[in-house]
This record gives sequence, C-alpha cells and structure tokens, in this order.
Amino acid sequence: MQDFGAAFAEAFRLIVTAEPALVEIVLLSLQVSLSAVAAACLVGFPLGAFLAVARFPGRGALVVLVTALMGLPPVVVGLVLYMLFSAAGPLGVLGLLYSPAAMIVAQAVLVTPIVAAMTRQVIEDLNTEYDELLRMMGAGRARSVATLLWDARHSLLTALLAGLGRALAEVGAVMIVGGNINHVTRVMTTAIALETSKGELALALGLGILLVAMSVGLNAAVMGLRGRMAHV
Amino acid sequence: MSERRFAAHGPSTVDAAPAARLAGVRVLRGGQALLDGLDLAVPGRGVLALMGPNGAGKSLTLRLLAGLVRPDAGRADWGGAATPPRPQVALVFQRPVMLRRSVRGTLAHALATYGVPRAARAERIAGLLRLGRLEALAERPARRLSGGEQQRLALVRALGAEPRLLLLDEPTASLDPEATAAIEALIRGATEAGTAVVLVTHDPGQARRLADRVAFLHRGRLAGEQPAESFFTAPAAPEARAYLDGRLLL
Ligand SMILES: Nc1ncnc2c1ncn2[C@@H]1O[C@H](COP(=O)(O)OP(=O)(O)OP(=O)(O)O)[C@@H](O)[C@H]1O
Ligand SMILES: [Mg+2]
Repeated sequence: MQDFGAAFAEAFRLIVTAEPALVEIVLLSLQVSLSAVAAACLVGFPLGAFLAVARFPGRGALVVLVTALMGLPPVVVGLVLYMLFSAAGPLGVLGLLYSPAAMIVAQAVLVTPIVAAMTRQVIEDLNTEYDELLRMMGAGRARSVATLLWDARHSLLTALLAGLGRALAEVGAVMIVGGNINHVTRVMTTAIALETSKGELALALGLGILLVAMSVGLNAAVMGLRGRMAHV
Repeated sequence: MSERRFAAHGPSTVDAAPAARLAGVRVLRGGQALLDGLDLAVPGRGVLALMGPNGAGKSLTLRLLAGLVRPDAGRADWGGAATPPRPQVALVFQRPVMLRRSVRGTLAHALATYGVPRAARAERIAGLLRLGRLEALAERPARRLSGGEQQRLALVRALGAEPRLLLLDEPTASLDPEATAAIEALIRGATEAGTAVVLVTHDPGQARRLADRVAFLHRGRLAGEQPAESFFTAPAAPEARAYLDGRLLL
C-alpha cells in the first residue's frame, strides 16, 4: 500500500510538473489518434452519407458489413497490417512498420467504420425528413448530401468524438505495428502496458489518469452536444 | 417581390393553359387505392381550392401535382412535360419541414438551391423576411419558431422560387386571424403576379375569399369541380353538399 501511495504521489508530480517523458508520450498519442480520426472522417463522412442516400444492389449487405466492422478487434487489425507492412509483405517496401504512420493507418482502419456507420444512420434518418423538401426544391444529389451533412453536424461531431475515444484507448493495434519504441512509437496505452509490466507504476498511473480524464472530457463533450442537438 | 421569371399569360383566367393536369390517376398503397381515376386540371391562373374530408387524398393529390409521388396508373403532366419544372412547382407541406438552421440560413439555403446568384441573395432574403414578417426572428433557429411562424417561413421559402404553380396544404391551419389575413394577402399577391395556386383548406370562408374554382375530393375520387360562386350556393356533388352542411360523411 505504501508503494501505491508513493506511486500516486509521483504520478501527480509527473503530471503537475509536466515531466518531459510524459508530455512526449501524450503528444505522440494525440498526434497519432487525431491524424487517424481526421483520415477516418475524410473517408467515413462521405461513405456514410453515400450509403444513406444511394440505392444500389448490395447496399444492404454493405451497411451490415460497415456496421459489423465497428467491432473489429484491434489486435486482428494490428496483425493484418503487420503482415502487410513487414519486410516480406506486399507493402513492405514502404518501410512503414514500427513508425507513427503505421499506427495512424491502424487506428484509421479501426475508426473509419465507426464514423461511417454512425454517419449512415444519422443521415438516413434526416433524409427521410428532408427528402421530399429537397426534391421539391430541385436539389441535386450533391446539394442534398451537402445539406444533410451540414444539418447533421452535431451528430457527426458526436461520431468524430466517439472515434477519437476509440483511437486513444486502443492498445493492441498500435502495439503490434508501432512496436512501442521509446521516443518513436510509444503512446499512452502502450507505455502504460509496458511500465505496469515492469512494475514502474508512477508513469503508468500518470498516463492512466490523463487518459481517463481525456475520455471523460470527450464523453462530456458528446453529451453536451446531444443536449444542444435536442434544442435545434 | 422581384420580377417574375414567368410572365403572366394574360388578363383572362379562362384561356390560360393548365399549369398541371392529372388524368386517370390511381395511387396504390398496400393493395388499397388511395386515389382512383382522378382527373384534375389545374388552371394556369387563379386559385383552385381543393376541399374534402380528412383522409380524402388532398395532401396526396398535392404530392402528385408536385411530382413527388408517381401515379401507379394514369398520368401527370405539367404543360405537356412529364416531369415538373424545378423549382417552379413549389409545395408547402401540411407539416412544414424545418432545416437545422436559422430563419435567414433557411432562406439562404433555399435561394442557393433555386440557383439564385450569390450576389442577389442578401437582398432577396431581406425581401422574403419582410414578406413573411419574420425580420425580428431572422437569426432564430427555424425549428424553435412557433407553428404559425414556421408556416410563414415555409410559405416565403416557397415564394422565393418564384413559382409558376404554388401548392399550399392548409397554409393557415395553425395561424391566428391576423396572420391568416397576412397569408391570404400573400396568396393574392402571388396570384396577381401570375402564379397558379392550389389551396387545400378546410375553411369554407377562406375558399370563398380566395378561390376561383373549387374541386371536391371524396375517398380518393373527384366528386365535383366547379366555379367557386356556384360551389357555395349550389354544390353539384352530394358529398360536397353534405360537407358544407357539416354533416358527417361516411
Ligand atoms: N404512404 C402511404 N401509405 C399508406 N397510406 C397512405 C400513405 N399516404 C397517405 N395514405 C392514406 O391516404 C389517405 C389520404 O391521405 P391524405 O394525407 O392525402 O389525406 P388528406 O385529404 O390530406 O387528409 P387531411 O385533411 O387529414 O389532411 C389517408 O387515408 C392516408 O392514411
Ligand atoms: Mg392533408
């Protein structure tokens, strides 16, 4: 117990003094996850909107697939990307393995289905409400989708934050493709796993506290947005 | 309002070509005919009131005239064309659809959709706000307006298209008398500018004030269509007579 108390005290000291080792890891985490979410939104918003308004054979199956991919196990994504990026793999020439870029790809793969599936649901609901109005006004496909995306902006931000939460908390995929290399690919979750296994609880606890605080902050933001949406 | 894109056909209400026509239209849903053998010509000018009891098919008829619903049998045409000219056929829905935008943003979106050049929009928006007496509410979210305010916004949004054919589904159903008078003035203004209007209303007084002709729908069929003057004194269809007498129609 004495040790845990000391570990907590040290963890708070690391946070309060903004210990460079801790800051470096937090910043890399944010850089990787924010990049991954940006990429996921770039693909997920249009893909979700397309699935919501387009009618083509196989659409139902695609919707089911995208929705199911929300639950992709991170370690499996890590494994598949490891095989793709390893020297013998088809994308080995890119030399991405054990780089932040590989971690961004891994998290983007995990987050894109979340963003796409949530976008699809939101846009489809809104489209049932707007469809006749937009057709009557002579809005083409592009303007209709733009109108729907803009009017669903609060819900889409919710999807983005949900994706960011998943990316920040994920450990399996970045561990495999990033390798948890100190100063290069060590992010909050992989650092926590490593430090804990070494029995170095202070840094692990400091990072853990920050990770939970970020997660709580994100969820508070999501709920705040939901509340505001109810009024608009 | 600014200059109309479509000039009036002339002073006479008789010689104008129909703005839209339904011929032998049938609409089926779930094996049931909601409209059956409906023939209706909308005059190119003036106000055609569409009356009839709840569930008669009035709103559905407006959707057909707006080209939003395709007939399962029969045909709809707009001056000979098989599709309505967009956005010159404007429908104001019975339950207005409000975007998640401010009143001003709603009108800006509408004008952009109608293809109004960006430079002309601000002035047009100001004119529409004035027309709907919505100036004080311009920055409010459209969905937080009262029912009557939303109906006024929906109407001026439709007028922003400078429609040739304006389809109004109970546009004053939730309005106070003053707002009703204002809407009726807007409808008259549109008519004088050459817009053909189809007005669904349950208010015989309103039909009497505005309509040139009255069509009476009953159970998905056209029970009668005649000039407004004679409709209120001597309705041809027995169902219309019973409706005006306030008797229950079975
Ligand atoms: N998509 C649909 N599927 C099944 N039934 C429908 C559909 N749309 C309308 N109906 C039915 O068609 C009938 C006519 O509906 P409509 O809305 O045109 O009535 P209305 O004359 O406008 O009535 P009200 O005066 O109450 O507005 C109603 O019985 C309605 O339930
Ligand atoms: Mg109706």
